Amino acid sequence: MKKTLAASAVLTVAGLLAAACGSSTSNTSGSSSASAKPSGGSSSASTAGKFLGCMVTDTGGIDDRSFNASSWQGMQEAQSADPGKISVTYLQSTTQSDYTPNINTFIAKKCGIIVTVGFLMAQATQTASKANPSGKFAIVDNAYTPALSNVDALLFDTAQDAFMGGYLAAGMSKTGKVATFGGEKLPTVTIYMDGFYDGVQYYNSKHGTHVSVLGWNESSQNGSFTGDFTNQTNGQNLTQTFITEGADVIFPVAGNVGLGAAKAVQNADSQAGSQKVNMEWVDTDGCISAAQYCKYFITSVTKGIQTAVKNAVTTAASGSFKGGNYIGTLQNGGVALAPFHDFASKVPSSLQSELNTVKQGIISGSIKVATKSPA
Amino acid sequence: MSESPSAPAAPPGSTPDRKPEEKPSFSRAILDAVIEGNSVVVTILAILVAIVLGGLLIAFTTQSVLHAWGDFFSSPGNAIAQAWDAASGAYVAIFEGSIFNPHTVSALFQQKSMSIALHDGTVSSVFYPLSETCVQATPLILAGLSVAVAFRAGLFNIGASSQWIGGAILATWLGYGVNLPIVIHVVVCVIGGFVGGAVLGYVVGLLKARTGAHEVIVTIMANYIMQYLLAYLLGKPKLLEKPGANGNLISPNIASNAHLPLLFGTHLRINAGFLLALACAAGVWWLMNRSTLGFEFRTVGANPNAARSSGMSVTRTWVLVMLIAGGLAGLAASTVIQGTDFSLNFQSYGTYGIDAITVALLGRSKPGGVVLAALLYGALHAGAPLMQASTGVPVDIVQVIQALIVMFVAAPPLVRAIFRLRAARAGGTGQVLSKGWNS
Repeated sequence: MKKTLAASAVLTVAGLLAAACGSSTSNTSGSSSASAKPSGGSSSASTAGKFLGCMVTDTGGIDDRSFNASSWQGMQEAQSADPGKISVTYLQSTTQSDYTPNINTFIAKKCGIIVTVGFLMAQATQTASKANPSGKFAIVDNAYTPALSNVDALLFDTAQDAFMGGYLAAGMSKTGKVATFGGEKLPTVTIYMDGFYDGVQYYNSKHGTHVSVLGWNESSQNGSFTGDFTNQTNGQNLTQTFITEGADVIFPVAGNVGLGAAKAVQNADSQAGSQKVNMEWVDTDGCISAAQYCKYFITSVTKGIQTAVKNAVTTAASGSFKGGNYIGTLQNGGVALAPFHDFASKVPSSLQSELNTVKQGIISGSIKVATKSPA
Repeated sequence: MSESPSAPAAPPGSTPDRKPEEKPSFSRAILDAVIEGNSVVVTILAILVAIVLGGLLIAFTTQSVLHAWGDFFSSPGNAIAQAWDAASGAYVAIFEGSIFNPHTVSALFQQKSMSIALHDGTVSSVFYPLSETCVQATPLILAGLSVAVAFRAGLFNIGASSQWIGGAILATWLGYGVNLPIVIHVVVCVIGGFVGGAVLGYVVGLLKARTGAHEVIVTIMANYIMQYLLAYLLGKPKLLEKPGANGNLISPNIASNAHLPLLFGTHLRINAGFLLALACAAGVWWLMNRSTLGFEFRTVGANPNAARSSGMSVTRTWVLVMLIAGGLAGLAASTVIQGTDFSLNFQSYGTYGIDAITVALLGRSKPGGVVLAALLYGALHAGAPLMQASTGVPVDIVQVIQALIVMFVAAPPLVRAIFRLRAARAGGTGQVLSKGWNS
């Protein structure tokens, strides 16, 4: 009897809790969190007859504030571009033995296009595309040689906008020291660091300054890495070290680990006696993806995954899909510096116009951006 | 950590471990509970409770259900129906993704003839879910056996992950580095996988036997060492890096001669690795229950002091057990590399090491139990993608259910309380699983 009472009490409390949660979510329905998840079982009826855009994430998942998040945003943009016709969904990979089953699940679901994220999925995507020559695929951060006719391979020459980021960082540094670090030593990471390094050197040669780069040396290809893209404490400690060494512009290339760097920058800001430290965000516009730290972001060195993925899905839906390799550059807008936001008035207009000159120089080819991690 | 919290601090020099009325150490108590206190009934009930709790979690993290419960007092029926639909929908999807999907059969009847259906893969799609379950279960069986064998001899093998990597490195290297005829190449790579894992296990056993280093510490450290060694090897073009990978940490593909043969045609991924895993389970059963060596393993596991005084070499047993355990984990890598992935990268080891421990615990460290537990987890893994694709429930729920099962299996009194079962007789007759930290 006692137990029955206790059980019913628990049930009632659970019900009340759920009721409370339920009403609070109903007030915020339409918020981004609600739309970020694929809709529940009821949606299968409403998606009938629609073009289905399907994405397989890497192990980071769609909340990685990096390429999975950008890709998923691109998918959602494709859906909102034509919600009557396009419907998107995703599958999360928890380990890499999930890649092939996830892709196969989507093939069985008759997806109009399957977008895979990251070079680790290159093999699984290639195998699936060969087994399903009539299926359409897109892959982020990988290119095939030779190119595959039914895979839109999306690659980004981020050395180009990182070069501009480096130039800007050198121009904004008061201490003559800037710093960068990576999550893991992967080409998609070091390409940013190469570009950043080159940009600083270019600034030095133009202005006769000696701004130095901590955390990366392009010629030796050695530098600082935190070891993963998740442990923010490592990013915070490393950034703290850089600040102690005198760096006042930090450029983390490490996904979520960059949040740790932002924490360190914030701490330095609140401490008397420390130099004023700022940073540049990577991959996405930091003032949107990590808005709480926006006041420390001079700019963000972005990678147009979002637009490229959106284009892949919309072209597949409209029947104008093209396979092969796509490389995002400053010229085609596939990579770019984000707006300055809070720094719009703080970046000297002379520096802003110099940046424009640098951009034109890179586009025209008069400024060479060398990298040992070719896109 | 090494003793039960309730045991009084032992004076220096005393050996509380050897008193007959000694309180069991903390970890020993857990393992005893798993092995001796648990009937099959309790295990099944634990799975049931985990599934129910998982269902509640699914229901009450779904937006539409929460919405309906917001109006609970105006339409309680709708709220309960919504919750039921969400949870049962997810489980049905898991079932369809892992065992049997009725849609595939209706597609089969739409084909003109059996030969067309056989040719275009409609027949295969009926068996695709089962095939996936077996594919997912294969490395779990082998890695689970690895942990189970060590448990039975009183050792905690937390290092299945490192042994997996050891086996994977050797199997991959033999897979692309040498040219051999078809059957021989497969066998050579499988043996390579075993040896690669066995070397890691041997080192752990040797360190414990010679220096007394605790295998838990050593195997955990070995995991880190092997993870970074793998990343290092994959980053060096002359070692394991794929030509033209530009620093992307991935190995070349193994030769097609080294692929484990597919069992039922190209549409299904089930391969000879599954048979290998079953054979190993049978082998481990024979080893542990029918051979002299297995008797020594179990005796050392039950009481190393008694084993020593009856003339068995405890240190030799430790080394041998870890060698076999390591080899089995290496074989798990072999089945993944040669059966499904065909190349190795810096994250290939996934969660096999941890999953292996849960499989061994759920399987009560018996070969048959390990196979069943691995099949259950394999089915959960295989069904997860379809569940997320058709209901939107995140695949992480599968991890939660897995964890809940192990939690309830490890806490039989909880399950008995829920179902009002009588406690198992004290000092059950089941075999001893492990001796714990102080052995």
